[in-house]
Amino acid sequence: MAGGFFDRSAIVAPPGWSRWLVPPAALAVHLGIGQAYAWSNIKTALGTGPGNLGYSGTATALPFQLAIVMLGLSAAFGGTQVEKRGPRWAMFVSTVFFSGGFLISALGMAFSQYWLVVVGYGFFGGIGLGIGYISPVSTLMKWFADRPGMATGIAIMGFGGGALIAAPIETALIATFGKSYGGFSMTFLVMGIGYAVFMSLGWLLVRVPADDWQPPNPLQASPGSTGHGPAVSVSTAMRLPQFWFLWIVLCFNVTAGIGLLERANPIYQDFFATTGPTTQIAAAAGAFVSILSLANMLGRFVWSSASDVIGRKNIYRMYLGVGALLYLVILTLGEGNKVIFLIASLLILSFYGAGFATVPAYLKDLFGTYQVGAIHGRLLTAWSAAGVLGPLVVNAIVDAQGDEQGPSKYSVSFMIMIGLLAVGFVANELIRPVDPKHYVPDAERGGVEGAGVGTSSTESSSQRNEEVSR
Amino acid sequence: MTAGRTALTVVAWLWVTIPFLYGVIALIGKIGALF
Repeated sequence: MAGGFFDRSAIVAPPGWSRWLVPPAALAVHLGIGQAYAWSNIKTALGTGPGNLGYSGTATALPFQLAIVMLGLSAAFGGTQVEKRGPRWAMFVSTVFFSGGFLISALGMAFSQYWLVVVGYGFFGGIGLGIGYISPVSTLMKWFADRPGMATGIAIMGFGGGALIAAPIETALIATFGKSYGGFSMTFLVMGIGYAVFMSLGWLLVRVPADDWQPPNPLQASPGSTGHGPAVSVSTAMRLPQFWFLWIVLCFNVTAGIGLLERANPIYQDFFATTGPTTQIAAAAGAFVSILSLANMLGRFVWSSASDVIGRKNIYRMYLGVGALLYLVILTLGEGNKVIFLIASLLILSFYGAGFATVPAYLKDLFGTYQVGAIHGRLLTAWSAAGVLGPLVVNAIVDAQGDEQGPSKYSVSFMIMIGLLAVGFVANELIRPVDPKHYVPDAERGGVEGAGVGTSSTESSSQRNEEVSR
Repeated sequence: MTAGRTALTVVAWLWVTIPFLYGVIALIGKIGALF
């Protein structure tokens, strides 16, 4: 019977069900798994500082690194299952794996076996991250076919916001239970139970729209998302240039953001080294990191929502083109000029977050909602690649410059970021609407896959061309 | 929408926004050092 409860057919919304119940379900999952970005708090306490457990930087980075690798792999390989089984199953699996990862970690610390933290948080928790990340995406786009960018922006903003919730909680738990093995065991135990409860709202509440459900604002529907529009299978999408151009767009947009995010603290200190006492600059650099995370989070909602109005291609022109110009502004005018430096940095990070949030709607415009969750999962491998590429570029170049001081230390790496953004800009320009010959036949679309998006059966391919080109 | 579903919607949004606001307030407390 359990299979029935988690089955897609068990969660078809009854008449009158509010679609505004779906975003909180998605947020419960994304705000939970977004804790991953706050691993650094735990990492620091496990590390070599006074009173800490004394694990090396490499050892304490391992759980997070493995979790990000597993995120990419499980999103890529689990996407098809998520599409097939539906969002309740996916959210439940995510809850079990993510909170289970904490419980395994708690057990590991209780027996002073750190490798269990790597396996628990990294391997099992990482699977929870990947499945959870893609779990609400296609469902949200079906409910909000008239505002897909806003809908996915809300959910993916949750992933950015998850760290904001987790960071002060982790600090409080570590302060309460202490930095011993037993203390960390209790911290992981409380977090595991807490996230299990918090994320459960998602799989209990999520619903898919009925076959005949229509969005309330059909006249404002995105032309590319209505009627018998694009419906491309994941296997076909992977063979099309549109997928790989978008892969490059996402990869380089993320790389450029990580380039700044990864070394935000030292970058700030180098740009403003001469503007005050060292302790004051260090405190301001810490605040700079915090405000960047706020920009990263808000950009996901604001710019992704704006893409519903100005078009997906145009908004990526802004992320990539204006992003490159902003890097140039920081390089040429940023030293000692706090206002310009802050505005440019905040915009770059808002574009970084928005790149994640807007991409599901871009995929929907190109390939339709038919298997968009699975296609999105495959596309997230671009994130994994960027996670390696961004820090590699910045760290390797800065380290190679040895004793050089001040902003000039970053000139080469920032120029590389500008180059990557320019390549991404060109890739975005090369994206064209998918030829209808690649669509699956109408008879195969069936069921709730097409629900909520059938507002017009007379849509012309010229309308779709217009949508994808703006 | 029935009163029950309206209440459910309010509770669901509070479930996610209260922790979120807690995190944002904690963050804003740190930003003051920038200025």
